[in-house]
Amino acid sequence: MSIGLRPPASVLATADRLRPPRSLWSDAWARLKRNRVAVSAGVFLVVMSALAAFAPWLPGLPDPALQDLAKGAQPPSLVHVFGTDELGRDLLARVLHGGRISLLVGLVGTLVSLLIGVTWGAVAGYVGGRTDDLMMRVVDVLYALPYIFLVILLLVFFSRSLVMLFVALGLVQWLTMARIVRGQVLSLKHQTFVEAARALGASDAAIIFRHIVPNTLGPVIVYTTLTVPAVILQEAFLSFLGLRGLHRLPPPLHGGTRRATIPMEGVRPLPAHARLSCCARGAIHAIPLDDPAARHPHRVDRRARDDAGRARELDHVIRQG
Amino acid sequence: MTTYVLRRLLLMVPTLFVIASLTFVLMRLAPGGPFMSEKEIPAQAKAELLKRYGLDRPLHEQYVAFLRNTLRLDFGPSYKYPDRQVRDIILQGFRVSAELGAWALALALLIGVPIGTIAAVRQNRPADHAAMFLALAGVSIPNFVLGPTFVLAFALTLLWLPAGLWMGPSSRIMPVLALSVSYVAYIARLTRAGMLEVLRQDYIRTARAKGLAEHVVVVKHALKLGILPVVSYLGPAAARIIMGSIVIEQIFAIPGLGRYLVVGAINRDYTLVMGVVLFYASFLLVLNLLVDVAYSWLDPRVELA
Repeated sequence: MSIGLRPPASVLATADRLRPPRSLWSDAWARLKRNRVAVSAGVFLVVMSALAAFAPWLPGLPDPALQDLAKGAQPPSLVHVFGTDELGRDLLARVLHGGRISLLVGLVGTLVSLLIGVTWGAVAGYVGGRTDDLMMRVVDVLYALPYIFLVILLLVFFSRSLVMLFVALGLVQWLTMARIVRGQVLSLKHQTFVEAARALGASDAAIIFRHIVPNTLGPVIVYTTLTVPAVILQEAFLSFLGLRGLHRLPPPLHGGTRRATIPMEGVRPLPAHARLSCCARGAIHAIPLDDPAARHPHRVDRRARDDAGRARELDHVIRQG
Repeated sequence: MTTYVLRRLLLMVPTLFVIASLTFVLMRLAPGGPFMSEKEIPAQAKAELLKRYGLDRPLHEQYVAFLRNTLRLDFGPSYKYPDRQVRDIILQGFRVSAELGAWALALALLIGVPIGTIAAVRQNRPADHAAMFLALAGVSIPNFVLGPTFVLAFALTLLWLPAGLWMGPSSRIMPVLALSVSYVAYIARLTRAGMLEVLRQDYIRTARAKGLAEHVVVVKHALKLGILPVVSYLGPAAARIIMGSIVIEQIFAIPGLGRYLVVGAINRDYTLVMGVVLFYASFLLVLNLLVDVAYSWLDPRVELA
C-alpha cells in the first residue's frame, strides 16, 4: 500500500515547522540583508534616486533655473545647502534636477545596450559558423573605433535631442555585452536542456530567448550594473565637452553643472555637487563589487565567493568572445 | 607563435579597411561641412576652398583618393589647421598623449600592484579594508572633478605647480596624477582579486612547505599568476588612457591626440578625423595582440589559436 511509504503526519508537520518553504529569491534576499555594506549602499542609492526622480515635486526646493545675481557664488548656507553658482542659482536644486536626467540617461542607455547586446551575442553564439564570424567581426571593428567619435557623430546626425543621446550612448555600449552573452551561449547551447527543448519542437527563437538567455543572466546582471555608471559618466563627460546643447534643457546635466562651476571653484572649498556625484558613483560601485549576493541572487547553493572568483569569471567570459 | 602573430597582423588589414570606409561614410553622411562657420564665407572663396581640398569631385573619386593616400600614410593637410599636415598633427599629438598616458599608467602600476598585493596578503584585516576603501574612492571620483580640484589646491592656492600647459617637468605632475588615480584604484582591485585566487592554490602551499620566505612566495611565485587580470586589463586601458585623456587634456590645455579628435569631429575636419581614427584603431589592434601574446607568456596554460 502506498500509504505505508508516507511518513507519518506528525513528522511532516515538524519538518514544516522547522523550515518554512523559501523561494530562490527570498533566499537571495535574506543573504543580501545580512551584508551590511550592500544594504547601506542600497538604501543610499534608493534615497538618492528618489530625491532626484521627484526633484520637481520636492517642497522647498527652489527652481533650478531661477537666477539671482545678488546672491551669486555663495558658499553653502542654511538657505542654499550646497551654495549657489555664479548666477545665483541654487546648486542643490541643480544637482537634483541634473541627477534626474543623469539617472534617466543611465537607465535608458543601459537598456538600449542590453537589448542590442544580448540579442546580438545570443544569436551569434547560437547560430555559430559563418554568421557568428561575421557578427563578431562587426563587434571587433566597432571596438576599434574610438567611442567618443561615434557618439559625437551620432549626436550630430540626429540633432541634439535627449532621446538620441540615450540611443547614442546605448549604441556604443553594447559591444562587451554581446561578447559576454556569446561566450555564455557557446557553453550553454550543447547542454541537455537545450536538446530537450529542441526535441519538444521549440523554435530556434524560443530556445534562444526562453531557454538560453535566462541562463546567461548572472554575468549579464553583473555587467549591466557596471554599465549604468559608465553611461552616466559618459553623458557627464559629453556635457563637459559642451556637446549636449545645454541651452535646450533648463536643468543641466551633472557635467554641465560641473563645467559651469569649475571657473568659480575658488569660492567654495570643494564643489558640493562633485561630492554628491562621487557619493552616487560610490554607491553604484558598492553594490555590484562588494556584494556577491547582489551579483548572483539566483545562485543559492554557492557560498558567497570573494572578488577573485568573480573577476576571473568575468574575465573568462569576456575572453571567450 | 610566429604564425599566430602573422595571422593576426594579416587580419588587421581587412579590419582597418572596413574601419577606414566606415569612417569615410559616416563623416560624409554627417550634416554640415568643414567650411561652415558662423561667418558666411563668400561663395567664390568657398568654391576655391573645396576645389583646393578636392571636395568638389564626386564622392567615389574622393573615396579612392582617400584610400590611396591612406596607404601612403599621407592624409593631406588639416582643414582646421590649414598650415599643418595631418600626419604631423597626429605624430605630435600622439607624442604628448603617449607621454602623459605612459607616465599615468606606470604610476598606476607602481602604486596599484603593491597596494593590491598587500591587501590580498592581509585579506579582511585593517590594511585590506583601508586599501579597498581608497580604491573605491579612487574609482568613484571622475577625473573632471579631480583635475580642477588639483588646480585649485596646488596651482591657485599653494602656488606650487603651473595650472596648465605641457612645458617642463613641473607641468606634468598634476595631469599625470589626475589621470592615474582611477587606474591606480582599478589595478589595485584587480591585483587583489587575482592574488586572492592564486594564494590559495596548491603550488603556493608547496612553495611555503619548501620553507621559502613569505615575500619570495608572494612576489616570485604568486604575483606572476595573480597579475594576469591586470595584464588583460592593460591593453584596453592603454588605448583608453591615450585617447580617453581628452578631459585631462582639456582641463590642463595639453595639445594631445584626444583633443584633436574632438576638435576634428566637431569641425568636420575630414582629413584630421580619419587620420586620427585610423591611427587609434591600428594602435588598439596592435595593443590587443601584444596583450594576448603577453598573456600566453605569463600563463602557459593559455593556448594561442
